[in-house]
Amino acid sequence: MSAPIFLLLAALVLAAALTVVVHPSPVYSACALVVTLFLLSVFFIGLDAQLVAVLQVIVYAGAIVVLFLFVIMLLNLTQTEPRPTAGAPLVAVAVGGGIAVVALVATALRRLTVPTAPGLPEGFGDTAALARRLFTAYLLPFELTSVLLLVAIVGAVGLAKRRP
Amino acid sequence: MPPTAPLTWYLGLSAVLFAIGAIGVLVRRNVIVIFMAIELMLNAVNLTFVALARSLGSMDGQVIVFFVMTVAAAEAAVGLAIIIALSRNGETMNADELVTLRW
Repeated sequence: MSAPIFLLLAALVLAAALTVVVHPSPVYSACALVVTLFLLSVFFIGLDAQLVAVLQVIVYAGAIVVLFLFVIMLLNLTQTEPRPTAGAPLVAVAVGGGIAVVALVATALRRLTVPTAPGLPEGFGDTAALARRLFTAYLLPFELTSVLLLVAIVGAVGLAKRRP
Repeated sequence: MPPTAPLTWYLGLSAVLFAIGAIGVLVRRNVIVIFMAIELMLNAVNLTFVALARSLGSMDGQVIVFFVMTVAAAEAAVGLAIIIALSRNGETMNADELVTLRW
């Protein structure tokens, strides 16, 4: 991805992410989260991760955020909160801590020697290459995620079920 | 042809995104917005994985992103079910006033 496009997209992503955290209405936060996830999938395409980008749009923006919006509508949280954030001392500490983390990472990145591959292998990032890794080296974790999803389904149904 | 963005830019962007998500978890009081901030942090880590996978020429980072998405989906399903159960019991959505799950 060329540098000007990166900077433009990065500015948009940061603006959307800040809207998620700052906006007092949960609905606007969820919509800003959709924008953030879409823009991140553009980054993924620029990084030769086509399947991951498509999954990002389908699973995250399509399924997870719709679930968020569904719950917000169901619980009628559409109105703006009177006190959306914690007290001023905690806000100051959290923002200061966040800036400290970013400064720490920036310092570490400055002395990072970037590892570069000699060249990308054939078919890097496409479905076949990812599936080959997934069903050979990562077969056991892949099977375990199916157990995780089953547990999540049972847990979600059990929690949300109306008590008799 | 303009120069391509180096790896460190991607890592820096994901660090800033992660910090925004962490600040959101600490600062916001609505449990649903706290959940969204957690998703932001997960996505910042995903960006790191994909950028390093590209840089190292290895598919493993993208496979991990696949797993992170699965875990995020499971987490969202269970978390939102907990939120619905809370609202059914007449609790607020304010994390400061929720004491049902505390000791």
